[in-house]
Amino acid sequence: MQAEHIDIAQFLKDHAPFDDLPDEAINKLASQVEIAYFRAGTQILNYGEDIADLYVIRTGAVEMYRRDGDLYNRLTIGGIFGQMGLLMNRKVRFPAKALEDTLVYCINVELFNQYCDQFDAFADFFEADGNVRLHQAIVEQADSNDLTTAKVKSLLHRDVVTVAKDATVQMVAQVMTQESVSSVLVTDADKPISDDPDDDDGQVVGIITDRDLRSSVIAKGLSYESHAQQIMQTDLLLLDSNAYVFEAVLAMLRDNIHHLPIVVKKKPIGVISLSDILRYESQSSLLLVRGILAQQSVEDLAHYARQLPNVFVRMVNEDANSHMIGTAMAVIGRTFKQRLLDLAEEQFGPPPVPYCFIALGSMARDEQLIVTDQDNAIILDNSFDESMHDDYFQKLADFVCDGLAECGYRYCDGEIMASFKKWRLTREQWQEQFAGWIAEPKPQALLHSSIFFDLDGVYGKTKWADELKRFIAKEGRSNKRFLANMAANARNRTPPLGFFKDFVLEHNGQHKRSMNLKRRGTAPLSDVIRVHALAIGSRKQNSFERLEDIIDAKLLPEGKAQDLRDALEYIAMIRIRHQAWQIEMLDEEPDNDLEPHLLSPFEQRNLKEAFAILDKAQNFLKFRYSANSGMK
Amino acid sequence: MAVHPSKFDWPKRYEQLAEKSTHPLIKHFYQSTISNGSLPISEVPLVALDFETTGLNFDKDDIVSVGLVPFNVRRIFCKHSQHWVVQPRQKLAEESIVIHGITHSEVSEAPDFTSIMEPLLDALQGKLIVVHFAPIERYFLFQALKARLGEGLEFAVIDTLELERRALKAKQGLLGRLLNTKLGSVRLADSRSRYSLPVYQNHNALNDAIATAELLQAQIAYHYRPDTPLSELIV
Repeated sequence: MQAEHIDIAQFLKDHAPFDDLPDEAINKLASQVEIAYFRAGTQILNYGEDIADLYVIRTGAVEMYRRDGDLYNRLTIGGIFGQMGLLMNRKVRFPAKALEDTLVYCINVELFNQYCDQFDAFADFFEADGNVRLHQAIVEQADSNDLTTAKVKSLLHRDVVTVAKDATVQMVAQVMTQESVSSVLVTDADKPISDDPDDDDGQVVGIITDRDLRSSVIAKGLSYESHAQQIMQTDLLLLDSNAYVFEAVLAMLRDNIHHLPIVVKKKPIGVISLSDILRYESQSSLLLVRGILAQQSVEDLAHYARQLPNVFVRMVNEDANSHMIGTAMAVIGRTFKQRLLDLAEEQFGPPPVPYCFIALGSMARDEQLIVTDQDNAIILDNSFDESMHDDYFQKLADFVCDGLAECGYRYCDGEIMASFKKWRLTREQWQEQFAGWIAEPKPQALLHSSIFFDLDGVYGKTKWADELKRFIAKEGRSNKRFLANMAANARNRTPPLGFFKDFVLEHNGQHKRSMNLKRRGTAPLSDVIRVHALAIGSRKQNSFERLEDIIDAKLLPEGKAQDLRDALEYIAMIRIRHQAWQIEMLDEEPDNDLEPHLLSPFEQRNLKEAFAILDKAQNFLKFRYSANSGMK
Repeated sequence: MAVHPSKFDWPKRYEQLAEKSTHPLIKHFYQSTISNGSLPISEVPLVALDFETTGLNFDKDDIVSVGLVPFNVRRIFCKHSQHWVVQPRQKLAEESIVIHGITHSEVSEAPDFTSIMEPLLDALQGKLIVVHFAPIERYFLFQALKARLGEGLEFAVIDTLELERRALKAKQGLLGRLLNTKLGSVRLADSRSRYSLPVYQNHNALNDAIATAELLQAQIAYHYRPDTPLSELIV
C-alpha cells in the first residue's frame, strides 16, 4: 500500500509555491520529503558547505545571515530557504540558524529540479518572483550596514513589571500607577517551569494594558474584585531583544498594538510601548527641533536650517526607513512654521480672529524629504471680516512664506501658499471649497487634489484641520464620480518603464538622461494610495498608514496593498539614498533625478519591479473606480 | 511478557534468541539487530514503529494497521516509510474508526497480517526500533507472530514515552519528588508540544510513527548529545 502523508501534503498545499501544484504532484512531494528538527539556537546550514535540499519551514523560525554575519532574512512557518545555494553552485550561500525550535521539510535537489522543469509557476517562484525579491531587498536594505541602528533592547530602561493572574483588577491598576507603567505582564505560578533555561517563559500567560482596564473593566462595569486573568490578552506578540527598533515599529503598526513584550529566548525582560519608540525615533531630530524653537529671528532660523541636510544624511546613514525619515523631516518642517508664526505674532501682535495654519501635500503626509516646496494655507474663523482683518493675515502669511523660503523651503510653483488670498478661507468657505471639488471635479480641482487632499494642522486651531479631514472623509467616500476623477488623475503620471520593461529616461536640465523618482515614482504611488484611502473614508494622511487602513478594510485583492507598501518603500529609499549621496559625496544640491546606471544591476531590477507594481496599480484604478461601475 | 530492566543485556539476549529461534524470518532479525550499547546514538539507524489496534486489551484485541518510518538523529526518511492495513481477528470498535480514520470497508478488504510479516521484519532488521509506549508494539507484534509462525519476537526499543518521563522527572527535581508534585502528561501529542512540534490532524499508524520519530529527534536535541551511548536510551 502506498504510504500517504496527508498532514505534510495538506501543509504544502497551504503554502506558496506548492499551492499551485496539482494534487498528485503535492502528494508525491509529501511522500518524498525528509524531516529534520532543530532546537532553537542551533545552526542549520553553514556557509560554503554542500547543500542538496530545499528547506521548507513546518514550524518555528529561521534566521539567515550574510557571510559577514549580518542578518539577511528572517523566515517563519511556510518560509523557504536554500534555493540560492541550489540555484548557484550547490554550496550554502547564506548560513541559517534556528531562531526558535524548528521543524523543516527537506526536498531533494533532484526533485526540486524536476519540479522546476515540470511546473512553470513553481520555477517562476524561485527565479522570477519579483515581489518576493523586492520584499527581500527591502529587508536587506533595512538590515545591511546597520551597526549604528538601535536594537529594541536599548529602549528598555526598567525591569519587567508583573502581577499574578489572580490579582484583582484594582490591584493591577494600583501596581501600574505605582510603577508608572502603561502595561503589566500577568504570570501564572502554577505554570510548569521548564528545566531548560532556553525554554523559560517566566510563567507569563498574558498582558494587561491601560486600554484593557478601560475597555474590559470600566466600560463593561466589571467588578474591581475581578481577577487579572479575566481581562488579560493571552495571545502575546513577542519580539526578540535583538530585533531592531524599526521591526518593533512595523510589528506595532501591523497589529495595531501599543505594547510589545521583549524576550530573550522566550523569557520577557521588559515591555516597550509606542511612546518609547516615538521618543527614540525623534531623538536624532529632537535636538534640532529644540534648536529651532530657540532661534530669535528669521535670519537665525535661516542660518540654523543649514544643518538640515546633515540631519537628513545622518538618519539615512543610521538606516532609518522612509517613514521615519519622512516623519522626522515633517516634524522639523512643522517646527520651522510654528517658530515663524510665533515670531510673526510677536511682530504684528495677536491675531484679530482665531486661525489655523495648515500644511499640505508631502509634509501633511509625513513624507517630506530634503528637497521640498512649501505648500500651505490658512483656515480662518467664521467671524473673519475681510476689510478689518485681511491686512493682518496677509502680513502674517508673507512673513511665514518668505521666512520658509529663507530656510530652504522653496516657494510653491503652483501658488499654493497662505500668502495668496485665495488660500486664506474661513472654516465655512473651506468646507464649501472641498464640497465643490468633490461634487464637481474640474480640471483645476484635480490639479489641486494631490496637494489639498493631504492636509494637516500645524499651528493655532488645529482641530479645524481635523474637522476638514473628517468632512473630506465623509463626503469623498460616497461620491462615485469624484473617486473616478481622482482615479483618472492618479493615472496621469506614469512610471518610467518602456514597453520592454526598460527605463524610460528624460532630458531634464543639466541631468541629461535621468528619471524623476518623485514625479514618476513616489508621487504617483501616493496618488494611487490616496484614491483608495478616500474610497474607504480613511482620515490618515501618511501613505503607509493609509495602506494599513486599506488592508484592514480589505479593499484590495490580498497582497496588493502589501506590494504597494514595498514598492513605495523601495522607491522612496532609493530617492532618499540618492539625495543623501548628493549631499554627502558630491556636495551638490539634492534633487530627484536619478541616472539609473548609478544603480547596481540588482537595484535596477528591483526598481523596475517596484515601477511595475505602480503600473499595475494604476491600471487597477481604471476598472475599480470607473464612473459607471458600481462602487461597493 | 518479560519486564526489561533498564540495564538489560540486549546483545547477550539476542545471541541466545538467535540460537534458539527456528523460523528463518525471526532468526535473521535477531542476527542483524543493533544492540551494542556503546554506539553513539548519532550513528544508529533507527525506525519509528506504530500500531493501531482494535483496543488495548492484550488478550482480546488485534493489530489493524502498521506504520513505520526509517530515520536517524538528523533526518526522517518519508520516502522509505510504509503503511499497511491488516484484517484484525477482532471486530473494529467504533471509537478506533474515529481515531484512526480507518473504515470498515478498508479493513474488510485488507489482507491478513501474514502477508506483511516479511516486508515488516525486513524494514525493521538492522535498525533500532523507536516507539511511543513500548508495551503495545512489543506485545502485539509478539502475539501476531507467535500465532502465525509459532514463535514471537523480542526486541530492544527506544521508548520516547519513557524518555519524556525521565525528562519530566529530572525537571521535577528532588523537592518536587518530596512534595509529590504532578508530572506533566507523557502522551504523544502533549510530549510533542513541549518541543514546539506541530499538531497533526490525522492519527493513523504512519503519521504517529513520523510523530514519534520527530519527538525523538527533539528529545535528543534537548536532553542528550549526538554521542550519547545507546545504552542510556534503550529499554
